[in-house]
Order: sequence, then structure tokens, then C-alpha cells
Amino acid sequence: MIRLKDVEMEYDNGTKAIQGITLSIEDGEFVFLVGPSGSGKSTIIKLLTGEVEPCAGRIMINGFSVSNISERQIPLMRRTLGVIFQDFRLIEKKTVYENLDFVMRAVGASPKEIRKRIPYVLDLVGLGKKADSYPTELSGGEQQRVAIARALVNNPKTIIADEPTGNLDPERSLELMSLLVKINQLGTTVVVVTHEKDLVNRFGKRVITIDSGHVINDSVGGYVGGHIHG
Amino acid sequence: MAKHDFGYFFHEGVSNMFSHGFMSFAAIGITVACLLIMGTFTLVAVNANELLVTLEQENEILAYVDDSYTETQARALQSQLEAVPNVASATFISNDEAMESFKDEYPDEELFQDLDPEILEDRYAIKLVDLEQQSETVEAVQAITGISDVSHYEEIAGGFVTVRNVATVVCVALIAILFVVSVFIISNTIKLTTFDRREEIAIMRMVGATNGFIRWPFVYEGFMLGLLGAVIAFFLQWALYAAVARGVATNDTLQLIRVIPFSQLWAPVAAVFVLAGIVIGVGGSLSAIRKFLQV
Ligand SMILES: Nc1ncnc2c1ncn2[C@@H]1O[C@H](COP(=O)(O)OP(=O)(O)OP(=O)(O)O)[C@@H](O)[C@H]1O
Ligand SMILES: [Mg+2]
Repeated sequence: MIRLKDVEMEYDNGTKAIQGITLSIEDGEFVFLVGPSGSGKSTIIKLLTGEVEPCAGRIMINGFSVSNISERQIPLMRRTLGVIFQDFRLIEKKTVYENLDFVMRAVGASPKEIRKRIPYVLDLVGLGKKADSYPTELSGGEQQRVAIARALVNNPKTIIADEPTGNLDPERSLELMSLLVKINQLGTTVVVVTHEKDLVNRFGKRVITIDSGHVINDSVGGYVGGHIHG
Repeated sequence: MAKHDFGYFFHEGVSNMFSHGFMSFAAIGITVACLLIMGTFTLVAVNANELLVTLEQENEILAYVDDSYTETQARALQSQLEAVPNVASATFISNDEAMESFKDEYPDEELFQDLDPEILEDRYAIKLVDLEQQSETVEAVQAITGISDVSHYEEIAGGFVTVRNVATVVCVALIAILFVVSVFIISNTIKLTTFDRREEIAIMRMVGATNGFIRWPFVYEGFMLGLLGAVIAFFLQWALYAAVARGVATNDTLQLIRVIPFSQLWAPVAAVFVLAGIVIGVGGSLSAIRKFLQV
């Protein structure tokens, strides 16, 4: 469950990236976040993960009040989120398996849980046979699926993806989006930031359109024409 | 901390160490140098001190009584001598007794066997409280009417006092400097690892690892660097000490200097080295990650 109430955010250099946003996303929803470049989409993601703080308004995520969270609570809040980035951010020195292993250890999973969970998640993203490969030995689409597996491996309530298809060709993008839909159907809330209007239209999900730090449209079905670049 | 975490941190810490072979080598090297210099000066000071204690125990100054005094007159000086500050005790030795012990000491020297005791003077063997104030005490004793002469070992004692004091001062200063340098170098080694691992750290943070969890491998890395430095320094110190002790034994034919055997010293040396190594290592790693884990 995600709630934003009258949220404003200004960067240190004075850029007002978010200028009063109110929205809510319920458990189990699949939501696209779209809008032109520089409209504030990534800033919303950073607000959700606690990377930046709002200067006004309230943010609630999975039972945590992110807008006035204590230092000690931040790790606990982040354990309810799985984050996927455009540039994958895999550790190149580690194999696929090790990339998942270390994030499970990081939240205190036991070796037994790890041995059970990783094969399951790799199968889910269709990489059951690539456990011992290094990221550089994988295609872009495969690397992004490892990133999805990593976001999923700690069993978060919510998956947040910032332009996960940005570096992939249209066919891989479709595969990847379908994978996220499948994960959503297994019960995880999914929020995807994207530029790809064709994809957005294809899935007929809820679309929140941002422009200049405001929500300008929030509806099920498709994007609002003319506002999406790229 | 769960049991499986311990193994993980340990493994990560050790593999961090190997990923920067040269820096780790430098960090261990400087720690070894620090401990070795610290150890050497401390051991010199300990030995000098031990010698001083021996001298203080064994070395009495001898105050000779004027020839013209009868034994009764000579014995009367006892209370005056004991009243001198820094005098612990004064024991009267008549010329007969002096002759006896003289003969005992040189039983093979025919020449001395039939000497007249009268050529020796009555004397007092005086023990001092503090050897460092020997010269003042000697002057005070000499000023007493009836004391003709005083013999003492000022040069030897003074020499050792100087050695001990210099060793102590140099030791403290050097240890302070080297300690700071060692901590600094270990801190930089670990900063390099944190830089190497910044992506991993960013991801760990993103998935909700606590600062404590992120910190442990680096603390272990510092711990291992310090401990390894301590172990190497200990064995080098041992070898160095043994070599110096042998050198002293072959050159000091008079047996004036008694070197404390390493077997009596190894336990405290090992304990101090390990402790100091760990303080340097863990201190260095904490200073490396302090700033970096604030967010
Ligand atoms: N670290 C930063 N410091 C200062 N200003 C920033 C920073 N990051 C983003 N901005 C500014 O905040 C505004 C919103 O940026 P944001 O990254 O949220 O846009 P976006 O919608 O994700 O764009 P894109 O689609 O290009 O990724 C922009 O004007 C941007 O220049
Ligand atoms: Mg962005």
C-alpha cells in the first residue's frame, strides 16, 4: 500500500521536482508511471525508497511513514520493496547466483532459505540454467531478468522499477513487462516507470501521468496522448 | 548476529584483504614496523630497568673511616651515616672482616694471604634508597668528619639511568607517531575496499541491510590486518631479541650486563602485540567507514 499526500520535493539546487502530488496505490495493483523527461518520475521513486526526503506532505509505504522515518526503520522499510533500475546494477564479479545470494544474506536469510529460494526465483524469471554465469556473459534482457530476480528474492510486498526496459529492444521489453505482470499476478504490487507508450497501451493497466511535478492524469487503460516523449 | 553471518563476514573480510594485495601488504608492514619498534624500545627499557634494580640491590657504596679512628670511634659514626638522607642502611665492616672477605674473594693469590689487616681501613657498606640520587648522597657522606673516602659506581649507574630514560622517552614518542601512521594506512587500505565495493554497498542498502551488517566485513578486514601484523611482528621481535642477546653475551666478557631471557618475556610481549595490533586494525577500519556509513 502506497499513499502520497500533498507531497512536495525540492533538490538542493532549488529545482522543485515534485509540486504537490496526492495518490494512492493499493496492495496487489499494477501501475504504470509515465510522463515526459524531467517531469519527476524518478524523483517519486527516490521518495518511495527513502533516497530523498520530501519537503512537504506525507508518504506511507507498506505501513511505514517514510516522510518522518527514523534511521533505524529505513532498512526495515526497504525490505518491503524490490527495486529495479534501468542500468540493472548487477555486480560483475559475482555470478547470477551470488548476486542473489548476497542480497539475501544482507537481510539475514539463513543458508538453508537461500538454497531453497534462489532456484525458485531464477526459474520464475526463466534463468534456471544461468545460475553460474557472470552478468557479462548474459544478454541485456537476461541481465535485466537477473535484476528482477534480485528484486524478488527477498519476497518484497512491492516491486518498483524505474525504466526497466530502457536498454532493451521492443521484443525483450514486451517479455520483461509480461514477466512483471506475471509477478503481479502472484500477489506483488508493481509500480513501473516507463517511456514506452506502445507497451503501456498493450497491457490496459492503471496509468498515472506526471508532468512538471504534478499528476495530470490517473486512469485505467492508456496514456494521455502527447505528453509522453521518447 | 547469527552464526552463519559470522562465517560470511569473516570470509568477506579476508577476501577483501586479498583483493588489495599490495595495500594490505603495506598495511601489515607498517603495523609490523610499529609493533617492532615499540617492542624493541620497550624491551631495552625493561632490560635497563632490570639492570638498575640489580645494581640498586647489589651495589652499595663504601665509606672508608679515617685511619686515626679506633674501632670504637669508627662504630660511633653509624648513627650519623644513617641520618643522611637517601641512606637505607649502613653496615660496619672492621678491617679484620674486610681482610677475611678479601682473602675469600682471591683465595689463589698468594700475595694477599699474609697481609696485615692494618693496611685496610674500617669501612661502612651503605645501601641507598634511590640510586639516581647517588652523587648527592656520596657528597653528604663524604662531608661527615671521620670519613676519609667514598667509593661508588656512579658512572655505571648513571649510564643505565640515562639509557632507561632515553629509551622511555623515545619509546613513547615513537609509539605515538607509529600508532597514528599505522591506523592511517590501515584506514586507507579499507577505504580502498569500500570504494571497490561501493556498488555492492549501494545495493545492500537498497535491499535493507543495516549499517551494522554492512560494516562487519570491513571491521574484520581491519582486525585481520592488525592481527597478522601482530603475529609477524612477534616472531621478528623474538628473532631480533635472541640475536641481540647472543651479541651481548659474546661481547660482554665481564658479564656486567644480564639480558632477561625471552622465555620470561614472550607472554606479555605477545599479549601487548596482539592487543595493539587489533586496536590499530579495528581503529583503522572504523575510521575508514565512519564517514561513509552515515546515510
Ligand atoms: N540530483 C538532482 N539534483 C538536482 N536536480 C535534479 C536531480 N535529479 C533530478 N533533478 C531534476 O528534477 C527534475 C525531475 O527529475 P527526474 O529525474 O525525477 O525526472 P524523470 O521524470 O525521471 O525524467 P526521465 O524520464 O528523463 O528519467 C528534473 O528537472 C531534474 O533536472
Ligand atoms: Mg528518470
